[in-house]
Amino acid sequence: MLQFLVRRLALAVPTLILASMIIFALQQLLPGDVATALTGEERDPQVIAFIREKYHLDEPLPVRYAYWAGGVLRGDLGESIRLQKPVSELIVEKLPVTLELACLAMLVALAIGVPMGVLSAVKRGQAADTIANGIALWGLSVPNFWLGILLILLFSVELGWLPASGYVSPFESLSENLAAMVMPAFVLGNAIAAVMMRHTRAAMLGVLGSDYVRTARAKGVSPLRVTLRHALPNAAIPIITLGALEFGQLLSGAVLTEQVFSVPGFGKLMVDAVFNRDFATVQGVVICTAATYIALNLAADLLSAAVNPKLRRA
Amino acid sequence: MTAAMTKPLLDVRDLAVAFDTDGGAVHAVNGVSYTLHEGETLGIVGESGSGKSVHVLAMLGLIPRPPGRVTGGQVLFAGRDLLTLKERELRKVRGGAIGFVFQDPMSSLNPGMTVAAQLIEPLRIHLGLDGRAARARATELLDLVRIPNAASRLDQYPHEFSGGQRQRVMIAIGLSCRPKLLIADEATTALDVTVQAEIVALVQELKRELGMAIIWITHDLGVVAGISDTVQVMYAGRILERGPVDDIFADPRNAYTLGLLRSLPDLSGSRTGRRRLHQIEGAPPDMRHLPPGDPFAPRNAFATPRCRTEMPPLVQATGAAPGHLVAAWYDLPRLLAPEAGR
Amino acid sequence: MSSGSEIARAETAGAEIGILEAVPSGPPAPAILQEPGTLAAFWRRLRARRSAVAGLVIVGLLVLMAALAPWVAPYDPTATDWGNVRGAPSLAHPFGGDEVGRDVLSRIIFGARASLGAGLVSVALAVSLGLPLGMLAGYAGGWIDGAISRLTDALLAIPFLILAIALAAFLGPSLVNAMIAIGLSATSIFIRLTRAQVRAVAAEEFVEAARAMGNPPWRIARVHILPNIVPAILVQATLTIAAAIIAEASLSFLGLGQQPPEPSWGAMLNTAKNFMDEAPWMAIWPGLSIFLAVLAFNLFGDGLRDALDPRQRT
Repeated sequence: MLQFLVRRLALAVPTLILASMIIFALQQLLPGDVATALTGEERDPQVIAFIREKYHLDEPLPVRYAYWAGGVLRGDLGESIRLQKPVSELIVEKLPVTLELACLAMLVALAIGVPMGVLSAVKRGQAADTIANGIALWGLSVPNFWLGILLILLFSVELGWLPASGYVSPFESLSENLAAMVMPAFVLGNAIAAVMMRHTRAAMLGVLGSDYVRTARAKGVSPLRVTLRHALPNAAIPIITLGALEFGQLLSGAVLTEQVFSVPGFGKLMVDAVFNRDFATVQGVVICTAATYIALNLAADLLSAAVNPKLRRA
Repeated sequence: MTAAMTKPLLDVRDLAVAFDTDGGAVHAVNGVSYTLHEGETLGIVGESGSGKSVHVLAMLGLIPRPPGRVTGGQVLFAGRDLLTLKERELRKVRGGAIGFVFQDPMSSLNPGMTVAAQLIEPLRIHLGLDGRAARARATELLDLVRIPNAASRLDQYPHEFSGGQRQRVMIAIGLSCRPKLLIADEATTALDVTVQAEIVALVQELKRELGMAIIWITHDLGVVAGISDTVQVMYAGRILERGPVDDIFADPRNAYTLGLLRSLPDLSGSRTGRRRLHQIEGAPPDMRHLPPGDPFAPRNAFATPRCRTEMPPLVQATGAAPGHLVAAWYDLPRLLAPEAGR
Repeated sequence: MSSGSEIARAETAGAEIGILEAVPSGPPAPAILQEPGTLAAFWRRLRARRSAVAGLVIVGLLVLMAALAPWVAPYDPTATDWGNVRGAPSLAHPFGGDEVGRDVLSRIIFGARASLGAGLVSVALAVSLGLPLGMLAGYAGGWIDGAISRLTDALLAIPFLILAIALAAFLGPSLVNAMIAIGLSATSIFIRLTRAQVRAVAAEEFVEAARAMGNPPWRIARVHILPNIVPAILVQATLTIAAAIIAEASLSFLGLGQQPPEPSWGAMLNTAKNFMDEAPWMAIWPGLSIFLAVLAFNLFGDGLRDALDPRQRT
């Protein structure tokens, strides 16, 4: 098992390094002089010169990368020119908000997606299956920022039940925090729910067709018990593994959801940074996201291998 | 025979099963009729696709529906037609009065459940046993199938058992509620030859001890010879020949049966000119488009023109032991007579 | 990314090719059109699935609408009309007026050009880059494969939308840049898919035979391998177009895509969210259009996949 972990890490680390190089190299896409572009809206030549010096902007790209990478390893992701704060500090501030949103969204996705998937698999080919599949397809096709706007229209503008925006820390007021998070979590979890439904359905169908389920039926076990006690536990691992990967997608979807609901999280940080031409922050956020995603993949792999020894040789 | 005079335990009448596929309906079982008496062991032999497994699964509603469906017939078990039973009633029969043993014990046992849990499940459902009583009975069952240290192995998982032992566990599950009928579907096919012999011996002992009827489905004639009272040969969803085991082996009346017997390797060396393994020419028919008449006719050197147009009925073979039925328009013994000199 | 998770996915038969947000997950299309000579059967199966046909019809109508926009739209989409500012739907303006009085219906019709165009162009870009690279990696093997695969892994480590946003941020906001950003982000999906398909086909005996007959690699690739992987690529392309449409809408929603005053469904939603009290209709139509387009492509893509190999239908 340890061997497996080491081998996976040996793959993951170069991937992360390569990803960071790509992200850093994005700077080259900036039109015009790098220094001017990086300073954003600042026009004072003295400041520009200072920036040029500080970030070694006269050096060739690989050297600049080395400086940056060194900084990243020390936890220094550069500084947000606009906000005059270290990027790492900003990320630490905003990440928990997004993580809370992501976790809630994942809960929503599992609560909706898994039961629908199980039902759909058990009632394969029947009306319930078709309906569930249709709902999943609709869920996948709805742009989540539109869904957010519609929900705001209904629950905030029309009914006034929920706040349209804003964020209250759960440590300050849990009820207000949840009230503000309900709609964003639902919106964010919506598309993932559809994906989880399909994963669950596929996993369940695979298991329901297996020999041991046939044995269980031949023993006279009731269909409910076959589904819950024999099939679902064995289907759970693929579902969880795939779910772990979808969690990474939540970070992506959070960008839009936070924009719609003005949630001060990771995603909004990135969008604001993009608008403020705060490229250091953009780079910092992207590399963090990549690192998180790779870590999640690794975790999913470890989980699969822990449960299914056959995979450890891969 | 006394068996023929008592009421049969299982009475299959004209069972037909089809599967709907994109390319058309596959008629997997076409008018299968036979009876089975208490304590009788019936060996059903046939190739893949002969319908031998499908028809027993269909009897108990264990085929996937869709795409499968029973298109006709009756299956009377202890007086009730299984095909008309409601699902809840049928579930009481499954695992209770009728037990199953499946082919591949590695995949047929739930890898995530202990052997104890899998044994106790039918006990709880059919006999209402629980807790300590159930565990005691489970231990008894493992003892019954000759697994050493039964009590300590109860809480182990299937992968901790060897292949032969797993199959013994399957048998224990099948017998757990003292069924009147045990159906073994290719129970030894996935096992090593030596383990096969052990399992067959075990089943023979259990048969003596418990006296249940057995349907033993296999493609292996050798196994059938050792274990069955009656043999039934199936092809393309039909029964082509059926009768007491000794008589079938000594005096086959159907060309397919003959072909099967001939393809058994003969190691005795007493027959000259038989060093090459005999093969039945041709291939099984397309079950979506079955030709009229005897399904084996295209591959049958002895086929008559009538064989190709009309399906022969399954009737008593003339001059054979009573209960030896055959479906053939041709008279095999007479056709083979010129060869009798060899 | 890591083969363990790929195996987990494949085992559940719910394998995704890409991890695009809007791409429905399902079994991968087979490498080879099952049963040679069944093109007729393929069309039959495709026609038999009503949902797929519906999807294709809707796609066709939308494309037609976009192409014929100048003749179909009742007004100039950029023509402001101060009398109709945030005007409610009426006979003259069935979809109402936006914040500067432009006719929403006309903007929707013209907006199709941006959205559909972005979808098609970006996927065309992704395929034209991804297909050759994937074929190279799959067929050549060795260090070429290693290099390309590592690069693909690194790109896939960054969630699709975040990569697109980062690219668009560095390239500068415009519709063309958005198309490039989306296309580049989706390239890695096609590299991975093509590579997997090529490897599957190259292992088949008829390729061995062709090689034994002395065919040069490029000829084998073109004549033997390419035709057999086209179905899978086609399915993925269709589903990716759906994701690309959402991506373009997302980028425009964030202000990174189509710039005003040119219409884009996403940008229209962005403006609409500021006027939800006074003019809720501004939010409904753009979102509905995105939803319809995405749904249509998803339906058609699903139908394509099922028609290619009905045995894999879940």
